[in-house]
Amino acid sequence: MVKQLFPIKHVMGYLLSLILTFIALSVAYYDLSYATGMGILSITAIIQASVQLFLFMHVGESSDKHAVYINIIYAIFVALIIVFGTLFTMIWGHAGH
Amino acid sequence: MKWDEFFVTGDPLIYGAMVSIVVVSLAILITLAVTKRFGWLWNEWLTTVDHKRIGIMYILAALLMLFRGGVDALMMRLQLATPDMTFLASQHYNEVFSTHGTIMILFMAMPFVLGMMNIVVPLQIGARDVAFPVLNAISFWLFFAGAMLFNLSFIIGGSPDAGWSAYFPLASNEFSASVGHNYYSIALQLSGLGTLMTGINFIVTIIKMRAPGMKLWKMPMFTWATLITCIIILFAFPAFTVALAQMMFDRLFGTQFFSMSNGGMDMLWANNFWIWGHPEVYIVILPAFGIFSDVISTFARRNIYGYKSMVFSMFAISILSFLVWAHHFYTMGHSAAVNNVFSIATMAIAVPTGIKIFNWLFTLYKGKIVFPTAMLYSLAFIPIFTIGGVTGVMLAMASADYQYHNTMFLVAHFHYVLIPGTVFGMLAGVYYWFPKIFGFRLNEKIGKISFWLIAIFFNVTFLPLFYLGLDGMARRMYTYSEATGYGPLNLVSSIGAIFLATGFALIFYNVIYSMLKSPRDLHADPWDGRTLEWSIPSPAPFYNFAVTPTVQSEEPLWDYKKKGIPIYRDKIKPIHMPSNSGKPVIMGVLFFLWGFCMVFSWWIPSIIFGAAVFIVMATRSFERDDGYHVPVDEVIATENMLRGENQ
Repeated sequence: MVKQLFPIKHVMGYLLSLILTFIALSVAYYDLSYATGMGILSITAIIQASVQLFLFMHVGESSDKHAVYINIIYAIFVALIIVFGTLFTMIWGHAGH
Repeated sequence: MKWDEFFVTGDPLIYGAMVSIVVVSLAILITLAVTKRFGWLWNEWLTTVDHKRIGIMYILAALLMLFRGGVDALMMRLQLATPDMTFLASQHYNEVFSTHGTIMILFMAMPFVLGMMNIVVPLQIGARDVAFPVLNAISFWLFFAGAMLFNLSFIIGGSPDAGWSAYFPLASNEFSASVGHNYYSIALQLSGLGTLMTGINFIVTIIKMRAPGMKLWKMPMFTWATLITCIIILFAFPAFTVALAQMMFDRLFGTQFFSMSNGGMDMLWANNFWIWGHPEVYIVILPAFGIFSDVISTFARRNIYGYKSMVFSMFAISILSFLVWAHHFYTMGHSAAVNNVFSIATMAIAVPTGIKIFNWLFTLYKGKIVFPTAMLYSLAFIPIFTIGGVTGVMLAMASADYQYHNTMFLVAHFHYVLIPGTVFGMLAGVYYWFPKIFGFRLNEKIGKISFWLIAIFFNVTFLPLFYLGLDGMARRMYTYSEATGYGPLNLVSSIGAIFLATGFALIFYNVIYSMLKSPRDLHADPWDGRTLEWSIPSPAPFYNFAVTPTVQSEEPLWDYKKKGIPIYRDKIKPIHMPSNSGKPVIMGVLFFLWGFCMVFSWWIPSIIFGAAVFIVMATRSFERDDGYHVPVDEVIATENMLRGENQ
């Protein structure tokens, strides 16, 4: 196998993260509705995080990638539970308010 | 600030405590000076990065805190022994139960668990130390700084007085004007950071440093329990870090996260606290489960029944532990939908826990059981913990919880899970692994007397509290009138507490007695064990394994004894070990001073000490320290000396 000299993945990742940043930044400059703005921000944030994880932090390139994937899935699970669980108990399901 | 505001004044008990602290500190310093042990203390203990010594220091600190928390408990039981008692004033009582809870969970149970992990896990997986030895020392000193800072509160400034859960708005500046809750937020933050780093350290150690051939599914049960516990630590403690930081900002810098006005939400504290708080109870219980598994399997002379189901049930517990936190505040005013969700999730935890209970019972079935003290604790754990578990399911029913909430029933329940679970587990671990670390056993006779005292009088102390709770006695009430009828059962409980305390005192006595009298049996394998730690000499040499072991099953030593499969196949090579470092203890002292200044809002010194912490970190970054090598001759000499008598 020929060793790939030009780091095409890293350049792509770099450009991608720049583009994603500018898209996210545009929310602040254009007069968008709250829902649209938050939608754009959430989507770009998720793609941005994946770009960082896969292209720059080399998830999936080590021998113990299964442990790393399980860990990330567990982390996302706990984060979602904490955020939506808190909203559920404190705001949506709170009879006292 | 005047001096009489700085020190807590006016209570003879606290004056007595101040005098005893000064006397004990002077006695320690004088003993060290007379025996010229300062150098020994610094070189052998304060700067050590050896996981076994760090583990011993954790457990010593835990025993110290057990004493402190135990005295708090006895003071409470004395105050409640008879109606209209006037031993403690209401404010003092509030401070005593708050520090009792906080100390027992965070500064007794946690260091006991972390100490056990430190001592045992590297020995069980065939490693020579943890993945990051200096970080491990920093974890310990952060914990110790936090523990000392928290304990200082009762003589300087006043202790927290809103319960160990420190609910807002009671813990806010408005309702708790003393610095007590500043201590709470900062001391717990420090020790919590230490715990978080330990969690990361042990995950890496277990994932990366197992002996050749030890696949994940061939790890001993305690190592599995530690791995899963550390995963819970990794995800639960950051939530606590955030909650404590918000509390600190509310109290010191005037933010409004948990205030009742300006858009704050006081009950958000309860929510954030229990997002960590519920996983925390599994953090202290799972390692105990691991110890019970190893001890029961060793002394029933059988391999553990249902190895895989044991591991999967621990995984299930770790996931479910993040789904149940709102059951701590069912009565807060949620809709029925919220309470139903958390009620069902809570009951679901009984399933994996039940699987584990049955696995232990099946391990015992047809086993050739022997009954040393470690095994007695493990056997007593099963029925007593089950009472705690079943009352837990009762509490899990949200509608019924409106009756039990904040009563003595709850107090009885969590003592029924934490004492037979965590405390019995750790004591079983101490009796079991003591000869591996010190080269002699704790006296079995005294051990058994103290076991029976603890096991019987634990029930005498806490069983009446279930009935008191059902009769309506609220927790945290500092006195009651005779007309309530709570008197007789409370008296029974208090009498039980005295004998329970005697049982614990016998453990301290046993350690000292055995140090002086116990025969030094330098046998590597005193219990006929099954896992790697029993294949190395006792006491374990500082490098643990002279030769890297090779493992083929989950019970390598048993294989060696029964089938002759060798564990050590290589020749002895020079051993690479990490060198000691003084930076962790220096950082611990600096963090302590920083925390103390933060508590009293002394900004300039706290900035100076905070900067000093970063300077130490920076010097560590530029330090070049590749450890050192133990030459082959020294390894052979040490091995011969330690193994001398039984070969």
